[in-house]
Amino acid sequence: MEYVWFSVVGIIGGLLGGMGMGGGTLLIPLLTIFCKVGQHTAQAVNLLSFIVMALIVLVIHIRNKLVNFKKVLYIIVPGIATCIGGAYLAKVLSGDLLQRLFGGFLLILSIFQFISGLKTKKQ
Amino acid sequence: MDKTSKTKKQGLSPAKEGWLSVLTGVVTGFINGLFGGGGGMIVVPMLTYLLKRSPKTAHATAILIILPLSLVSGLIYLAFGNFKWEIGLPVGIGVTVGGIVGAFLLKKLSAKWVTIIFAVMMAIAGGKMLFF
Repeated sequence: MEYVWFSVVGIIGGLLGGMGMGGGTLLIPLLTIFCKVGQHTAQAVNLLSFIVMALIVLVIHIRNKLVNFKKVLYIIVPGIATCIGGAYLAKVLSGDLLQRLFGGFLLILSIFQFISGLKTKKQ
Repeated sequence: MDKTSKTKKQGLSPAKEGWLSVLTGVVTGFINGLFGGGGGMIVVPMLTYLLKRSPKTAHATAILIILPLSLVSGLIYLAFGNFKWEIGLPVGIGVTVGGIVGAFLLKKLSAKWVTIIFAVMMAIAGGKMLFF
């Protein structure tokens, strides 16, 4: 029965991810709040479950000539360095502290997201 | 639609664009590694506001950037023993199916209301995680 819930949560996260709305930022709280998954595990699951979907979507975007490769290595290479640092920092933090930091991060993001939603023209 | 898919020609000098790109990578990578996600929510506004990319290009390019970052940090979480296959496999299948459906749904739904509903859900989840 658990597998069904995990798939449902994945579909909800994926739907938003496919719409370019940051599915991961919703997938992690869905896993921790509703499925009682630990914060570190939810983060690990989010990172790796994103890979296959991202590969498929990326191919579509490249074919549609939407991807801009200009200076992209200037972003990716330092990003890889700091994401390793971030992952090691997450390891030494307790699940409770990490969850609270993530909660604060979500609250800040939600304000920007709300403003950007209000600014979006109705389509 | 075609207009937004082209990169705007802006007066960013190559040196400035280089440094702003590095800054974008540093911030995005750290957030994505620490929180196991959320890098997309950071990199899209940085690409549009700092690097002057059009919103559509920014969303598509963000996936190219987040993919290697998520792979590297995901492998580190895996090495630390945080990943569980019995959760990751059903979630991953769900994410892939939902993602493809979502990509098509985007054309039919009002982006305004999806964004606002998403913001409210994030605020509720964030408040619960921070304070309870």
